[in-house]
Amino acid sequence: MKKPMNWSKISLIIAAVLLAAIPFVSDSRTWLILLTQIFIFSILAMSYDVLLGYAGMVSFGHAMFFGIGAYTTAVLLDRFEPTLLVFSLSIAAGMLIAGIISFFVGLLTLRLKDHFFAMLTLALSGLFLVLAEKWRSVTNGNDGFTFSAPDVFRDRAVFYLTVLALLVVVYFALRRFTNSPLGRVLIAVRENEQRTKALGYRTLAYKVIASVVAGVTASLAGSLYVVSLRFVNTSVMAMDVTLDALLMTIIGGVGTLIGPIIGAGIIELAQHYLSDLAGEYPLFERWIIFFGILYILAVIFFPTGIAGFFKSLFSRRRRPEADAPPLEPAKPEVPR
Amino acid sequence: MEPLLRMDDVHTHIGQYHILQGVSFEARAGEVGVLLGRNGAGKTTTLKTILGLTPASGGRVSFGGTDVTKKRTHAISRSGIGYVPEDQGIFSTLTVEENMKVAMTRETEETRKKLDTVLELFPDLKTFWKKDGGHLSGGQKQMLAMARAFVGNSKLLLIDEPSKGLAPIIIEKVMEAIQEMKQHTTIVLVEQNFMMASRIGDTYTLIDDGRTVQSGRMADLAGNDELKRKYLGIG
Ligand SMILES: Nc1ncnc2c1ncn2[C@@H]1O[C@H](COP(=O)(O)OP(=O)(O)OP(=O)(O)O)[C@@H](O)[C@H]1O
Ligand SMILES: [Mg+2]
Repeated sequence: MKKPMNWSKISLIIAAVLLAAIPFVSDSRTWLILLTQIFIFSILAMSYDVLLGYAGMVSFGHAMFFGIGAYTTAVLLDRFEPTLLVFSLSIAAGMLIAGIISFFVGLLTLRLKDHFFAMLTLALSGLFLVLAEKWRSVTNGNDGFTFSAPDVFRDRAVFYLTVLALLVVVYFALRRFTNSPLGRVLIAVRENEQRTKALGYRTLAYKVIASVVAGVTASLAGSLYVVSLRFVNTSVMAMDVTLDALLMTIIGGVGTLIGPIIGAGIIELAQHYLSDLAGEYPLFERWIIFFGILYILAVIFFPTGIAGFFKSLFSRRRRPEADAPPLEPAKPEVPR
Repeated sequence: MEPLLRMDDVHTHIGQYHILQGVSFEARAGEVGVLLGRNGAGKTTTLKTILGLTPASGGRVSFGGTDVTKKRTHAISRSGIGYVPEDQGIFSTLTVEENMKVAMTRETEETRKKLDTVLELFPDLKTFWKKDGGHLSGGQKQMLAMARAFVGNSKLLLIDEPSKGLAPIIIEKVMEAIQEMKQHTTIVLVEQNFMMASRIGDTYTLIDDGRTVQSGRMADLAGNDELKRKYLGIG
């Protein structure tokens, strides 16, 4: 968990600074857009990891919170002047709505155990998808609508830097959250809920908190996502969004925050290159199959995700005392 | 004097099974009460029922004079009951330190003092302070589980078969620790190892098939070979 790893904080800050320098040294639009996309999905994947990796709650409905942020921002920017103020307010409004809904979703864990909870979140997000399709006066249904982003974001570099800054803020905020006493209790709940109750914790409250933190963060990602496209349609509520978040988290490493970021990078890059290749070799049009293979390979070779793999490499080298011999005597040997 | 913990004709159902069918039991402040009985008699279920993990379906559990039968687990625990489960329940991805911190629901002067006491009792824990709970050996896990329950600031500790699967030398250590904890809290102990039970227990309660069949002072049981043979298969 949080072994003394200040080097990690420093290297992360260096990475962020290097990433921030990119728009000043390169003028590749493709890369800026791709990296912006990676940052946005990193935020989404981290939010999913708060549920899966820390609280141990499996949700198949995370897309609904992403979609709530997406639609709130899109609708408000469309109906009002597309200013920075409206943009910021729309993010706040999305987070508020997502917060309220994720609060009630969290409460559902009281009555529903594990897979029933997962099924229910799936059904709920399905409901939101249908709502987005049918509420045409607001969402324009499946077709969706385009809208204008705030003027400053016309410069891709500005938007890139904004999203990067938000990613850094979210990362450190979530890191604080997961390393706090509260985060510790969440891990305890994931491991053994009964035991945690017996220690005097009202575990439901902790699950609700995790649900709200995850929902609110996912909504932020949704808001940023639609601004990057200047377009929204029902795909933001689709199951694919949840699956992407799930895949990114598992491939990158569950229960770490850096893992989901790595996972988002890998999946987005793979999607990008595989769809490029599809232009030349029709085989790659089925890039989703490659994801399946990637996923299987990841589970076989990196069961704790890529981040977990490196963490264990690192800790093995750095903490030899952790493998000190046990202090109790060996079991008496049976004479032969 | 009203006992610290009192169970009156408690019944517990788990699903459709009627597991406890009339357990009555008292633990007096400052004493060690031992629950005895063969495998499957219902000793673990009795402890879980006290904590509301498997809530009672009939009868009454009172702690410190208040009825806790219908209270929820976290509230019962907060009212001052610590628990060392049979499987220890160590959080395997938390370090020893983090396991201890989770157990100290509120850090006060007193819990910090208790932490010092417990680290003196189990100096091994300090050696493994930063190690993940999942990597500890069975004996170390048992020590951590006891230490964790001890710092929780409980008036009553429920300890389920602490000697299970441990080497004799470690059992000796665990017993020492229980003796030390006894100075601070009341203890209800489930123990199959009769030698150990009779050494630390002040009172005994015999449970068979989910019912209390006999209880009294430990000294009386030690001399009652018939009872021991009938319900414990020893003596
Ligand atoms: N979750 C459960 N579902 C069904 N039956 C259960 C459950 N838990 C316990 N039992 C049954 O309840 C009875 C009492 O179990 P319990 O664990 O309390 O026994 P015990 O006295 O602690 O035994 P041991 O000495 O082996 O630990 C057993 O017959 C057991 O099979
Ligand atoms: Mg038992």
